[in-house]
Amino acid sequence: MTAAQFDVGDRVTVRDLAAETGLSGHMRAPVYCRGHSGEVERLCGVFGNPETLAYGGDGSPPQPLYRVRFRQAEVWPDYVGPAADTIEIEIYQHWLKAART
Amino acid sequence: MTPAGQDHSHDHDHDHSAIEAEDTSNSDTALLADALRLVLIEKGIFTAADVQAQLDLMETRSDRNGARLVARAWQDPAFKAALLDDGAKAALDAGFDMKGTPLVVLENTDAVHNVVVCTLCSCYPVSLLGPSPEWYKSKAYRGRVVRDPRSVLEEFGTSIGADREVRVHDSTADMRYMILPKRPAGTDGLSEAALADLVTRNGLIGVAEV
Repeated sequence: MTAAQFDVGDRVTVRDLAAETGLSGHMRAPVYCRGHSGEVERLCGVFGNPETLAYGGDGSPPQPLYRVRFRQAEVWPDYVGPAADTIEIEIYQHWLKAART
Repeated sequence: MTPAGQDHSHDHDHDHSAIEAEDTSNSDTALLADALRLVLIEKGIFTAADVQAQLDLMETRSDRNGARLVARAWQDPAFKAALLDDGAKAALDAGFDMKGTPLVVLENTDAVHNVVVCTLCSCYPVSLLGPSPEWYKSKAYRGRVVRDPRSVLEEFGTSIGADREVRVHDSTADMRYMILPKRPAGTDGLSEAALADLVTRNGLIGVAEV
């Protein structure tokens, strides 16, 4: 089991594993949030990695899964709406790194 | 992952016109499904009784389940706290088994309006909300509500003031989501059953208020 590296409130940036490692196929980190930074809202638990589960693998090592809250204006530079609007996305730990502050 | 497709609708959208959607009895897909079912029964993978049991189970899945949880939460502060703390556990205690799928319940308040989408496919808490509506699986809803939620909400007749945060929830992985709508004003004397009647499916997804 992979230990949880992030706490609630931590600033994190979504990695782009497809660009960094050439990973392809079934990935559950949406393209639109890759490279963007947000705040850990909660740890959801530890779950099998869908990148191997999707192909008959066992999902090991299991990954901590977080809900990360982003400012809409950070994700979409042309966002139309109040600055307080947000979006929360479930992201597995191996897709996250500590945000540079 | 969710076992055996439980609460996990994966029909990657094929946009049909309404007429096509209503008449699929002779479609290639329907014929294929019939043939596959017969072969699987013949090979002993499952029985006709298993199929019927699954159909019966699907008929028990309705947004009335979610509506009852909401009505109870409106009436019972302790149940509301439990539902927000661990949705699947509170649902199970109330008689609705999520079969191991975690449920996140999000409370709409004067400060925040929540709305749910699954941009990657169409994840949806079927056991509490019933089968998902066609629009929930459409590319238009999935693509637009994440980046322009207020316009999409307006199309559902839902106007959220600029003083309230709109918070979109992209159901991308292992959680399922249900909204706890704001209790409407003037409903103080209503019974739990009468309150449940006020709760709509769209209110449980967050594209409408109640």
